[in-house]
Amino acid sequence: MAGTSLKQVTFHLRHYEPGKDREPHWEQYQIDASPGMTVLDGLWKVKELFAPTLAWRSSCRMGICGSCGMLINGRPRLACNTQITELQSDVVAVGPLPNFGIIKDLVPDLHPMFEAHRELKPYLIREDIQEQENPTGEYWQTPHELERYLQFSYCIKCGCCMAACPTVATDPEYSGPMPLGQAHRYNNDTRDGGFAKRREALSGGRGPWRCHFAGECSQVCPKGVDPAKAIQLMKQDLVFDLLTLRRRRPAARLVDKPCGKKREDIPAAPPRTITKA
Amino acid sequence: MRDRTLWTWHIFAGVVILVFLGLHMTIMHLNGTFPTFNNPFGGEAESWRNVTARARSLFFTVTYVVMLGAALYHGLFGLRGILLELNPGAGLRKGINVGLSMIGLALFAFGAWVAVTAPGVMSRVGG
Amino acid sequence: MESHAHPNRLGIRGWVGGGRWGFERYLYTLHRITGLGLLTYFLLHIFVTSARVFGPASWERAMDSVSGPVFKAGEYLVFAAFAFHAVNGIRLGLIELGFAVGRPIEPIYPYATSVGRQRPLALAVMLIAGVLAVWGGYNFFFLD
Repeated sequence: MAGTSLKQVTFHLRHYEPGKDREPHWEQYQIDASPGMTVLDGLWKVKELFAPTLAWRSSCRMGICGSCGMLINGRPRLACNTQITELQSDVVAVGPLPNFGIIKDLVPDLHPMFEAHRELKPYLIREDIQEQENPTGEYWQTPHELERYLQFSYCIKCGCCMAACPTVATDPEYSGPMPLGQAHRYNNDTRDGGFAKRREALSGGRGPWRCHFAGECSQVCPKGVDPAKAIQLMKQDLVFDLLTLRRRRPAARLVDKPCGKKREDIPAAPPRTITKA
Repeated sequence: MRDRTLWTWHIFAGVVILVFLGLHMTIMHLNGTFPTFNNPFGGEAESWRNVTARARSLFFTVTYVVMLGAALYHGLFGLRGILLELNPGAGLRKGINVGLSMIGLALFAFGAWVAVTAPGVMSRVGG
Repeated sequence: MESHAHPNRLGIRGWVGGGRWGFERYLYTLHRITGLGLLTYFLLHIFVTSARVFGPASWERAMDSVSGPVFKAGEYLVFAAFAFHAVNGIRLGLIELGFAVGRPIEPIYPYATSVGRQRPLALAVMLIAGVLAVWGGYNFFFLD
């Protein structure tokens, strides 16, 4: 950990022991925090010194696995990505992500989010199933076509966007920003041919129609995925499809294999500069 | 994909309301600073003379009916969205859909009758 | 889809939380409130204006019943609510049809999310709605 200057920081942690507690409750702990400590480091310190049964999810401690999503000082964040000094307060209040059930302490039940994600078919759907099962080559995709969905592919499924969304707060039927953003990631992938199948899965309360652009999901996303943008672009896609204005392209084709013909205009290689020993 | 169609109509109705209700608001409430063509007899927009003058105009009659339909659809669809987001049970959900549709149709029928009927026609019957 | 875990949904509190995360959330809440207010007024308005078919006396009675100061103030609130709801509605129509959110980008810091991209539009909405509300207020309380 960088720096040696310490200051006293109070951690308010939400505890809940299933079978023992009827309701979650807050407990306070005082620890010494040095510059460079993340909230996750603080949690480890609390667990080591005061609360050995404290439970949370974490893994990579570098903001890529998406395990440690928590409500930190009123905002959904990744604990490993949040410096204690960044909060500009001597009090760090950590609770489990809202809009998910609490399994224990800071551990949310993310099953509903993953169920919704699965239902929106987050994988490439193509007609050439034989090629999908036993691939013989790569699919054509230009860098420009990649850019159309790359941002949305950075999602680490941490659940922060679901915790921030006002519609998810009241409506369990609504799929939520993560599943909808990922559905759009695949709809916009030129290798995919599954728009019609996903369109069926996107009907009713499961679809993007209950999003009203509060924008919170994009504000809290730690990876810059911008699910709000994905959902609005998906609405455009679906409405243009209704008005038969959507451009229909076939799914990307396979890259041609090298044809074996030698090109005559390639210059010969320069002489070797390193001789074998 | 019925929701998609209903939502697209909601947006379209919003645009229609923007134009016609904007005109209505200008006539009724911005008339002091922005005189419009509604008041052939001058004075207040809601005076009886102006009301009858508008009732005789085909433009106003048609636009009142269009505005009524668009506003009822837009408003009640918005209310439906808010109510469904509160996670009602299956029976209540059906009740909301059917109930709001019935209210909308009934109010449209009533309002369209009022708009199309010449003013004062019912004064011999009631009033 | 609910699990056996302890429930932790925010409920309607989740509709009003915000402010620290961006004022678009307040615009969302205000759009809902003004929409409900306008709908309530509109349903009553249909009945009040239906007095027209019963002749001038009935009409005058109806107009008198809604001419008190409380009603006048309420009518002004309806006008202001319409000004906000309409202008914010234009903004939402543009955004939700995908026109004002920007293209997918490579999120290299400092990047702008779609919320950042539409921020000038949101500020313009507040300004225009404010101007319309003041103009309407001048008309309502000083000219009419």
